[in-house]
Amino acid sequence: MNALLRGLQRFLALDRRWIFLLMALCILTPLIVPFGLPFSTDPAVENLYQAIEDLDEGSVVLVSCDYDPGSKPELQPFTEALFRHIFRRKLKVVVSCLWAGAPPLVNQAIEQALQAEEVKPLGLREKIDYVNLGYKDGRQLAMLGMGENIHATFPQSYDGTPVSQISLMQSLRKLGDSDLFVNVSGGSPGTKEWVETAQGRFGLKMVAACTAVMAPDNIPYYEAGQLAGLAGGMKGSADYEQLVGVPGLATRGMDAQSFGHLLIIAFIALGNVAYFMTRGRRN
Amino acid sequence: MKKEIPLIIAFLLGTWMILENFLTGIPWVSTTKEAITNGGIVIMAFTYVLGIYSIVSVNVARIKRGQDVVPKLALLAALALMVGLGFWRGIAEGSPFNWLYLNLYVPLQATMFSLLAFYIASAAFRAFRARSLEATLLLGCATLVMIGRIPVGEKIWSGLPGISDWIMNFPNLAGKRAIMIGASLGAISTGLRVILGLERSYLGGE
Repeated sequence: MNALLRGLQRFLALDRRWIFLLMALCILTPLIVPFGLPFSTDPAVENLYQAIEDLDEGSVVLVSCDYDPGSKPELQPFTEALFRHIFRRKLKVVVSCLWAGAPPLVNQAIEQALQAEEVKPLGLREKIDYVNLGYKDGRQLAMLGMGENIHATFPQSYDGTPVSQISLMQSLRKLGDSDLFVNVSGGSPGTKEWVETAQGRFGLKMVAACTAVMAPDNIPYYEAGQLAGLAGGMKGSADYEQLVGVPGLATRGMDAQSFGHLLIIAFIALGNVAYFMTRGRRN
Repeated sequence: MKKEIPLIIAFLLGTWMILENFLTGIPWVSTTKEAITNGGIVIMAFTYVLGIYSIVSVNVARIKRGQDVVPKLALLAALALMVGLGFWRGIAEGSPFNWLYLNLYVPLQATMFSLLAFYIASAAFRAFRARSLEATLLLGCATLVMIGRIPVGEKIWSGLPGISDWIMNFPNLAGKRAIMIGASLGAISTGLRVILGLERSYLGGE
């Protein structure tokens, strides 16, 4: 018995580098050798997908990409699948960013989507079918400005072309002119601010994708109908990839997330067992 | 006058921002609203100048004192390099700024964020204990949500995602709504205090 207790005490004092090593193995192994575990899709993500499916050809989708490289693993797969979905449906897309780090990631996602085999033959042209307006500071003030006049808030696109010369922008003068507003959010300003500042005020039909830690904060907006669809975290991105039919990095990441979560749960369980079994002895 | 003028500006702009919500369809209101909003965006852009000044002054002072000289110099050099490249060749695709951003900054920030997975595992092992009823409830809910959101959970038992969704859509939703309503009432009350000049801490010194 004493030997067991000593063993448990030693386990409680386990060097954290062993935990790091096990976590690295749990994440890397499924990424290198994917298991392809099947999973069902979340109804909130299905509604997001449906909101895009319901749009008529030529509708204008305004996407606000408000994230930076820290959220890239969770949100970039969603953004790539989103552009692919939008292009495939022959919709027009205007992208704005309230995070300084987002515009280059947006360009990457657009390039990726344009290279897709079903999108390439469509011959989509920049500034006619899609445009990246780049970054604007001002947080909620920028949102309010876009609600009144996007052309004043974003006088030029990311590559410096005046918006007055962009044909796609002639039909989009304010937020309310868009047929659907999509927010891809890695923090603040993000979905919460867009809902509070712009969604009701300018009558936007809005859907959102956010990081996993933000999802609980945004569920009330989805349940209240302020968001027509919501994709939370890597699982949300993976669900959306499945629905669009383009399984990518998020889908592959689900295996890694599975084993990562299982390891954390195992450590919590073992830690508690060891803690309670050795409690009397420590006291 | 040092305090009165900011208080008057806060009162006028705060009152205007509330009133303009109710004044729709009036051309001069729209124009004024646009001008004030754009003015605010310009003021916020100036905070970057303040930020750069702050970073430079704090780090130069540390370098002078001989504290962490190499990392501080690296930070200032990186700042100067990125600002310089941005002004010199722009930030568009194919520019050196963009190349450094995509090939240096993106992997570095993603790496920093990825470290969380390791620290969370270690912290959960050491600190997540069922010491009380509340802690046990939290631990149980966290475990169910974690396992219900992954494909393995669905494989173990098909009911797990449903339980995870229930936790998120009912107890979590109720708690979040309560917090949001409380925080919103607090924000309204603080906003009114600022507009009416009762809350002056933003002026400093009080």
